[in-house]
Amino acid sequence: MLTGFLQFLFSGLTVGATYALAALGFAIIYNSSRVINFAQGEFIMLGGMSAVALTGLGIPLPVSIVLAIAVAAAVGALIEKFAIEPAGRADVVPLIIITIGASLVVRGLVQVFLGKGTHALGAFSGEKPFVIAGATLLPQSLWVLGVATVVVAALGWFFGYTRYGKAMLASSHNMLAAELVGINTRSVLLLSFVLSGALGAMGGVLLAPITYTSYDVGIMLGLKGFVAATLGGLGSGMGAVVGGLLLGVLEAMTAGYISSAYKDAMPFVLILLVLFFMPNGLFGAKTTDRV
Amino acid sequence: MNKFSSSTLGLLALAAVLLCLPLVLPNTFYYDVAIRIAINAVVAIGLNLLIGYTGQISLGHAGFFGLGAYASAVLSSRYGWPSALALLAAAGATALLALLVARPVLRLKGHYLAMATLGLGIIIMIVLTNEAAFTGGPDGMAVPPLVLFGWEVSGEKSWYAVCAAVLLFITWAAVNLINAPGGRALQAIHGSEIAAFAVGVDVTAMKIRVFVLSAVIASVMGSLSAHYVGFITPGIAGFQHSIELVTMVVLGGMASVFGSIVGAVLLTLLPQFLSTLEGWETVAFGLVLMASMIFLPKGVVPTLRARLRRGAA
Repeated sequence: MLTGFLQFLFSGLTVGATYALAALGFAIIYNSSRVINFAQGEFIMLGGMSAVALTGLGIPLPVSIVLAIAVAAAVGALIEKFAIEPAGRADVVPLIIITIGASLVVRGLVQVFLGKGTHALGAFSGEKPFVIAGATLLPQSLWVLGVATVVVAALGWFFGYTRYGKAMLASSHNMLAAELVGINTRSVLLLSFVLSGALGAMGGVLLAPITYTSYDVGIMLGLKGFVAATLGGLGSGMGAVVGGLLLGVLEAMTAGYISSAYKDAMPFVLILLVLFFMPNGLFGAKTTDRV
Repeated sequence: MNKFSSSTLGLLALAAVLLCLPLVLPNTFYYDVAIRIAINAVVAIGLNLLIGYTGQISLGHAGFFGLGAYASAVLSSRYGWPSALALLAAAGATALLALLVARPVLRLKGHYLAMATLGLGIIIMIVLTNEAAFTGGPDGMAVPPLVLFGWEVSGEKSWYAVCAAVLLFITWAAVNLINAPGGRALQAIHGSEIAAFAVGVDVTAMKIRVFVLSAVIASVMGSLSAHYVGFITPGIAGFQHSIELVTMVVLGGMASVFGSIVGAVLLTLLPQFLSTLEGWETVAFGLVLMASMIFLPKGVVPTLRARLRRGAA
């Protein structure tokens, strides 16, 4: 009984940490531009697939990981430069279609150059699981949780204590006012896409040894990241982390106790229920309409 | 030229094109493309009433399309219902579901509304995929032919006649709805919900009605499409299909009935051209989506109309 529960909890937290990283990516871009970046899932895929391809070339794993994250960050910058910036002040729906177009381009390119196969990345440090009260915990899960914790702490420090972080926060609150006090909001936008790309790829690299990766894993992972970000309240960093972990755990519990076939439906049922009662998510700010 | 006569002209032009197409379509392959365009155009017009005119985004309308397709297929093939009755029952069931979720969903705004409708569509797709006992699961299922008043619709030419008639009817109905007081109320909601409410528009009821209407249109076209193709898979209810539908609306032109037809033509033809690219289709499709939204954010028809007007002035 307890063993099963712990087992589901471990796997849920592991996947949830990845969702949290993706959700943070959504939140950062949303805050700097009010854009929902539907290419976020492709950053996760790109992280995993690039790392697999690079290790396949004989490059050592740690170097491959760093390079894979750099690749996704660069792709994030390209998307901002060539898709978001030229669109200017487009409406919500065209912007959604633009980011979906970008995600198709990334997915298509990976499919052309790396193929349609499913790949596994080697675990970072051994495959021998720890046994806790009968439940097994993979060393890779510890890597996921550990790195995610460090990243969240680092982001907290970045936004709370550095000039760039504060500039990003300021322009998310009021872009015009931020420009007036001398913040370069355009570079804030670019930085937000680079950060999101790196965050997504980190999640992808960390998760690849556990769940395998292929050119099309980004679709579902991205949508679930969007669910996690919305669940916590769009734009809330805390909300993204809590939303991601909650989603991962609930999904694992659904798979374990209810039906593994319906585990992918769980996040969407959950978000509908939450939005029905809390239209701005769990931690989202209340909004009022004006004419 | 006032708005009334320009839409009458548009309807006449559409009727003429639909009537003349059989004279120039060389073989069944082209008929097939024309039928697919008509089906997509009708769904896009319904969706445009919701997104373009009322300003409520939906990223899940393929779910309603899939629901119509599967309800028709399951009722007519597994339970032996007459296909016309199955189509109506499917539309009724979709209307009921849309009505049930409309109130809480349409209370949401912007990205939260996008999230909720997206979720709804994905849940429908996952149910269709998992309930394999009824739907055949991911492998899909065969659908018997459509019988209307004792006439079995078969062959591309008959199907073309049916779909062209439906397209003409829906275009006429949509144009009339928009120019009627109810349609003006919808456009007022798009402008500002608060302002529309202040001048006496029952905002919630109007939004719900349009949502249900567009869902039912999608469902009926899903049923027709299932009977026409004769085989369906859960992919028709998927996120990708929802996005294609929204793109037809936006690319053709928000709040433009004829724009939706143009959008459907472009988005249905595009994959036919891209299929020669061997492996690069996804990349090319993505690039076209991005480029069209960057350079034509207002859509083809409104952009052309503005240019013509500027030229005339």
